[in-house]
Amino acid sequence: MARASVPIFTVPVSSRLHSWVETSLRFILRRPVGAVGAGIIGIMIMAAIFAGFVSPYDPLTTDYGKMLQAPNSSHWFGTDSFGRDVFTRIIYGSRTALWIGFASSFLGATLGALIGVSSAYFGGKIDLVLQRFMDLLLSFPLIILALVVVSLLGSGVTNVILAITVPMVPRCALVVRSSALALREMPFVEAARALGFGPLRIIVRHMIPNVMAPYLIMLTAFLGQAILLEASLSFLGLGVAEPQAAWGLMLRGAAVEFAERAPWMAIYPGLAISLAVFAFNLFGDSLRDALDPKLRLP
Amino acid sequence: MIPTLFGVAVLIFFLLRIVPGDIVELKYAGSGTYAPKEALARERAQLGLDQPIWKQFVTWIIGIPRLDFGTSMWTGQPITHEIAIRLELSLELALMATFVAVLISIPLGALAAVKQDTWIDYCVRIFSIAGLAIPSFWLGIVIILVFVIYFRWLPPLTFTPFWVDPTANLTQLIWPALAVGYRYSAVATRMTRSAVLEVLREDYIRTARAKGLWERAVLIRHALKNALLPVITVIGLEFAFLVGGLVVTEQVFNLNGIGKLFVEAISQRDYTMVQSLVLLTSFVFIFVNFLVDLINAWLDPRIRYR
Repeated sequence: MARASVPIFTVPVSSRLHSWVETSLRFILRRPVGAVGAGIIGIMIMAAIFAGFVSPYDPLTTDYGKMLQAPNSSHWFGTDSFGRDVFTRIIYGSRTALWIGFASSFLGATLGALIGVSSAYFGGKIDLVLQRFMDLLLSFPLIILALVVVSLLGSGVTNVILAITVPMVPRCALVVRSSALALREMPFVEAARALGFGPLRIIVRHMIPNVMAPYLIMLTAFLGQAILLEASLSFLGLGVAEPQAAWGLMLRGAAVEFAERAPWMAIYPGLAISLAVFAFNLFGDSLRDALDPKLRLP
Repeated sequence: MIPTLFGVAVLIFFLLRIVPGDIVELKYAGSGTYAPKEALARERAQLGLDQPIWKQFVTWIIGIPRLDFGTSMWTGQPITHEIAIRLELSLELALMATFVAVLISIPLGALAAVKQDTWIDYCVRIFSIAGLAIPSFWLGIVIILVFVIYFRWLPPLTFTPFWVDPTANLTQLIWPALAVGYRYSAVATRMTRSAVLEVLREDYIRTARAKGLWERAVLIRHALKNALLPVITVIGLEFAFLVGGLVVTEQVFNLNGIGKLFVEAISQRDYTMVQSLVLLTSFVFIFVNFLVDLINAWLDPRIRYR
C-alpha cells in the first residue's frame, strides 16, 4: 500500500512542474516584451536579496570626507550630501520598494478578491452594503486615500504598506466581483450548495480558484502603482523615514537643494523608480493580454 | 451624489478622530516649552475639541451648505479662506495639464492607431508607457535641473495671477503643467489608440472608404468622432486624479496650492483642514464623473435614449 502511494503522489507534482516550465517558456516566446519586463524584475529581486554582495559599501554609514562626489570608478553614481554611495542606496532602496510593493499589492488584491467574491456570492443586502462602502472608498483619488491612512497611522514601512493596501482593495473587489457574479450561477457552485457545503467552503474552494485570472491581473497591475505610490509618499516625507534607503526619500530635501552641484543625487533614484514601474507595467500588460484580453481595468 | 458625499464626510470625520494624540499636544511639543494642563484645556476649548464628537460633527456638517468648513486648527483662519486663496493656482494648473494632455494625446493616439505596427506606433507606445512609469515629481525635478544648469533660470517664488501678468503666469505654470500632464496624456494616448483601432475595424468605416471619401474625412469625421467617447471618459476620470498629481508636483515647484496645503495639513494633524480637503476632492471626483456622463449623453444619442 505504502509503495503504491509513492508514484501516485509524485506523478502529479512532476507534471505540474513540467507544465509550469512549459507555460513560462511559452510566455517568453509569445510575449517577448512581457518577458523583458519579467527579466528586469528578476534582476531587481536578485539585487535586492544579495544587496550586500552587489555593493561593497554600507547604505547607512556617513562619511563627510566623501561628500557630494561626482560619479567615478569607485562610486558609480556618486555620493550624496552625507557621503553615502548613491548606487548602494539605490540597491538597498530596491529592497524597500519591492517589499512594500509586493506586500501591499498582495494584501490589497487578496482582500479585494475575498470581498468581491463574498459580495457576489451572498448578493442581496450584504452585496449592497459592501458595494456602497467600496464606492465610498473609490471616490477618493489613490494618493489622497493613502495620505489619509498615513495621517491616521503615522509613517514607517508597515504603515505605508497598509496605506497603499487600502486604496487597492475596492479596485480589486470591483473587478473580481463582476467575474464572480457569473460564477455564482454556474452548475458547479449550485452542486456544491446542493451537497450542503457552507458559504466559506464554496467561496474559498470553488469560487476563488475560478477568479484567479482577474486576481492575478489586478495583482500585477497594482505592483507598479504601489511602487510609484510608495515613492511619492516617501518623497513627501510621509512614507519611509531616514536613514533607511528608499528611492522616493533619496529625491527629497538634499537632492533638490544640491541639484545644481550634484545632479546625480536627483537623477539616478528617479531612473530606478521609472525602470521598476516600467518593468512591472510591461509584465502586467502582457500577463493581462495572455490571461484575459477583454478585461478592461478601471 | 449627496448620499455619497455624506458618507465620505462621516467616514473621514470619525476616522480622523479615532487616533490618539491631537493637534494641541503636537503644537506644544513642537514649541518645546512646558505646557500646563490648563493651557492645553483652554486651547482645546477654543478649537471646540472639548465638545462631544457628535456635536463637533453636526457643527461641521451644518456649516458645509453655507460654505463654512470651520476654522483651521493650525492657523486659526477660516478654512474657506485658506482654500480660496489657493484654489485659483491649483485649478489653473489642473486645467493647463488637461489642455496639454488633450493636445498631445488625441492626435498622437490617432496617429499611432492609423500607423499600427510601424515605427511611429512603436515610438508613441514607448512614449506612453514611459509616461506611466515616470513619477511626476521626478520629471519636475529634472525639468528644474535642466533649467537651472543650462538656462540659469529659477522658478519664481511667488504666484502671479493670470490677469495681472499673463506671460509671467503662463511661464511659471507651463512646466508643472507639463510634468503633471505627461502622465495624464500617456493614459489618454493609450485609450485613444485602442479606441481608434477598434473603430477602424467597423463596417461604416469600410463603407465610408468605399464611397470614395477622402481618407482624412474618414479618419476625422467617422473614426475619431466615434472613438472619442471612451477617451472623454478617461480624460474626465484622470482629471479627478490630477488632484493627486498636484500634491507632489506643487511640492517640487514650490507652488502654494491645494496639494501643498493638504500635505501640510496632514503633517500638522490639522483635522478640520484635512477633512474639508478630502471632502472637496471627492466632490470634484464625483462631480467630474457626473459631468462626463452628461457629455457622453450629449455626444451619443444611444446613451440618451437608453
